[in-house]
Parts: sequence; structure tokens; C-alpha cells
Amino acid sequence: MAEATVAIVGAGPAGLRAAQVLAEAGLRPLLIDEGHRAGGQIYRRPPPGAERPAADLYGFEAGRARALHDLAEALAPRIDYRPGTMVWGIAPREPAGFDLDCLGPAGHGRIAADRLVLATGAMDRTLPFPGWTLPGVFTLGAAQIALKAQGMAIGRRVALVGAGPLLPLVAHQYAKAGATVVAVLDVTPLGAKVRAAPRLAAVPATLAKGVWYTLACALRGMPVRSGVRALAVEGDHQVEALTFEDASGRRHRVACDAVGASFGLRSEAQAADLAGCRFVFEPLTRQWQPVRSGQGHSSHPQVYLAGDGSGIGGADVAELQGERAALALLADLGRPRDTSREARLDRRLARQAGFRAALEAAYPYPHHLVDRIGDDEIVCRCEGITAGALRRAATEREAREMNRLKALTRAGMGRCQGRVCGHAAAEILARRLGVPVEAVGRLRGQAPIKPIPLREPA
Amino acid sequence: MTGLFQRLATRPGAAIPFTIDGAPAEAKAGDLLIGAILLYRRSLRRFEFGPGERAGFCLMGACQDCWVGLADGRRVRACTTLVEPGMAVITGGAGG
Repeated sequence: MAEATVAIVGAGPAGLRAAQVLAEAGLRPLLIDEGHRAGGQIYRRPPPGAERPAADLYGFEAGRARALHDLAEALAPRIDYRPGTMVWGIAPREPAGFDLDCLGPAGHGRIAADRLVLATGAMDRTLPFPGWTLPGVFTLGAAQIALKAQGMAIGRRVALVGAGPLLPLVAHQYAKAGATVVAVLDVTPLGAKVRAAPRLAAVPATLAKGVWYTLACALRGMPVRSGVRALAVEGDHQVEALTFEDASGRRHRVACDAVGASFGLRSEAQAADLAGCRFVFEPLTRQWQPVRSGQGHSSHPQVYLAGDGSGIGGADVAELQGERAALALLADLGRPRDTSREARLDRRLARQAGFRAALEAAYPYPHHLVDRIGDDEIVCRCEGITAGALRRAATEREAREMNRLKALTRAGMGRCQGRVCGHAAAEILARRLGVPVEAVGRLRGQAPIKPIPLREPA
Repeated sequence: MTGLFQRLATRPGAAIPFTIDGAPAEAKAGDLLIGAILLYRRSLRRFEFGPGERAGFCLMGACQDCWVGLADGRRVRACTTLVEPGMAVITGGAGG
């Protein structure tokens, strides 16, 4: 029998480690990468011509970044690497396996695979606030990518807002690179971090990094604040200032020309949806994610999951999960198992899961921002659909779940397919209906999961 | 008019000439179109469903906020497209 064809979607930490395990076993996996160079967003490499030293780009993580980039080079002859290739559709094949519809450097193509490892990563989770659609307001991740991939800052006077460990990291990186950071605003309370500290200390290196970044920001004289509420960006055609309330309720105004703001991460799970994976609501981070076993199995016997695309765990966890999922896949193919390696990975993953719960407790969900979303606020950036329109659909047109809301209002139907608005829309709908957010369901994924030029499909 | 972005890490190498709405501009090898444009401008495109302009949002190919038109008829996502010599960017349109 011919060897199974395995396609890995995503070439970040999870996808690369999965590729390594499969290549070591003598398989020649496809590694499909929407990026132009392997590494994913976290270890994103600048395009050729824009390279800078790893220590400047990745800080404490330079060693890990270099290791993964070196791995990508070393794997090149032993895998089928497809850079610059977007998977926009996944359909089942008869009698088994999948057809992946791809758009790559040579145009459209279809890739057949018997098994899939989905390592599709995450993006910033966003919430609307006044002024958030002005040019100059970006996600926190975008602010970091501008610096990492381009050596550029998103503005001359930059305010950064967040609800997670990315905030002090980006602030530190910006200041170190010579940018002017005028405010570092955490919308989660300081008390939550203090309470979570003992559990966070279980992984001392990570805690030390978080503390270091925060201290470094303070030492550089950056105004760092926790418990910030009621954000608003002022400006008619461009960003002029960010206003907010501090933890004691006092209003502040900081002049700036760019804002990087996001509130945690959300899994990019459309590919898993198209592949037929079952989803489950994850209450810790308030989002629907494909069901994943500790070993990396999805609910579909030929689909494996690893990394932030199926549960927010960060880059180190993604590496472990990529390795673990590939071992599970090999076991399913009937290959000899290395049970001690599996057990070692399972132990490390269990330890990381405990740490993750503490981290989420340190950065609780910012309900106060959702509570303040006014009827005039644009929720869907793609088509300008307001919170008021969503609320009216709930009360006047009986939208009870997300796909009905989408059909009635077009929220989630625009170019981004609900990547940006879907989370906020669900929170708004659930509040209006007075039900838990999981009760309104999730937007179904549909091909093409990203815009493709219509003239190109054959 | 100054742009929104600021280049912090300067690097050697020849300038890549391109144009923004006909006005000459220069980029460096390895610049993505979004950065190349926003070093000169404060937005990328008009918002087609209401007043205002847009300058991109996620920079990782997910939000689809940064589509721009080129004079040759192509429409490209500025955050995943490398600038090429002679590219003629048109920012007046609605992008995608």
C-alpha cells in the first residue's frame, strides 16, 4: 500500500514540529504555509532584504526562533514545503481523505491528502470601542508585526492597549527599538494578576519574562496602567488621542497618532470547520474551538490538531502539541510507538495546561468593554454594521443564534468572514437575549475561507 | 504630508521606486506594500460602506482591511504583498 499523504496546514511552531516528527519517520509531509517563510506569526521572519538580528526581533525567544528557522531549513529536502499558499477550501474525498483547494504562487491548485494536521494559529481578539475604525488603530499583533517583519512602528506616538501578556512584550519591544510609547494600558485589573501569581510561578521562566517586560516598560518611563476602562479614540479622519478611565474612575487623555489594541487571542479554526471537526465552547477564553484530545486527535479520525488554532496555549505549547499530534498520527498509521517520548510530552503538556489556566485568570475577560458598546458603534469593520443593527435583529427579527444574525444583518458575511466581528457580535447578541454567550452558537465556516480572485479558479 | 508608519530600523540597499496615486515614492527591498504606502500616507483606501478611510488592521492576512488597487488592474492585500519596482498603487478606490 502506498504511504499515506499527510498535509500540515500552517508552518508556525506547531506545524514545523509536526513536520519534523513525520519527516523523521520517513514520511514526506506537505507543509502548506500562507506565509512566505516558515515560522508563523510568532516567529515571523522578515522578507528577504529586511532581515535583522534574531536578538532584535525575538528578544528572550531568539533561541527558540532560531531553532525553528534552522529546523525549517533542515527539513526542506525531506518535506514538500509550499510557501505563499493559502488553503481556502477543504472537502472530503471518496472513499476517504480530503481535497484542499489552494491558491499559491502558481495560481489555484488542488492537493489531495489522506490525513491532515491543522496548525492554523490564532489572531488578535478585538472588541469595538469609539474610534476603533479610524486609520491608525491596529491590533496589538499588528503593531508587533510591523516591527518584527518591517522594522517599522505603527506611528510616531503610539498607545498600546491589551488584556494579556502580549501587551508588556510589545511595549518593551517598541521602546527598545526606539519608538515613542505614550501609554501602556491593560484593561484587566491588577488584583487578578496578584491573585494568579502563585500559580503562575509554577513555570518560573515565563513569569520572570512577564515581570521583566512590565518592569522594563516602567523603567523606561512608560506610563503603564492596569484596570483601564472606557476606551475611546478621538479624531475626525485620523487618530489624535486615546481617552480612558483609570482604575479609580478618573478620565485621562493621551495625545497619540496610532493605537495598537486587542483583547486576548482567538483561534483561527475555519479549516477545522471545513474538514468536519466538531467544536466545543471553551469557557476560559470564551470561544468555540475544535475538540482536541490531549494527544492531538480531533473528532474526525483523519484530522489532527495542534497549536493556538485549536486552543490558546502560546508558542511553547504549540511546539509540544505539534510533536504530540504527529506521534499520534504515526501510531494511527500503525508505526511503532515510542511510548516514553509520548509520556514525556504528555507530562509537559499537562504542566503547561495548569499554567495556562492561571494565565487566563490573571487576564480575565473584559466584560466592561462589551457593556459599553453603544448602538452607533461599528461592530463589523468590513461592511460598517453597527451594534444597534445587531441588537434590533435580536429583538425585532428574532435572531437567536449567530448564523441567523449573520443572515439578517450581514455581520460575518464580509471579507473577513467574521474573524474580526464574530466574537463581539456573539457577546452583543447574548447580552441582548440574556443568555450565556455559548447559547448563541458560532459562525459556520464556509469556503472560500478568505477572499480569492474570482477569475482564477479553473 | 507625513505618513503614519515610522521606519525605526534603517537598512542599506537600493531604493525601489513605485508610485502612490501617480506620486513617486521609494521603498526598500523586503518592504510589504502596507508599510511602503503608510510611510507616505495615513490611510490605504476609502471605506466603501460609509465615510472615512482605512489603513489596515491586523497585518497578518486575516482581517482583509488592507486591500488596495494597482494601476494594472490587480487588487492585492497590502500586508501580504511585497512592493515591486514600478508598482502603481491607487488609494482612492475601495480596495477589494
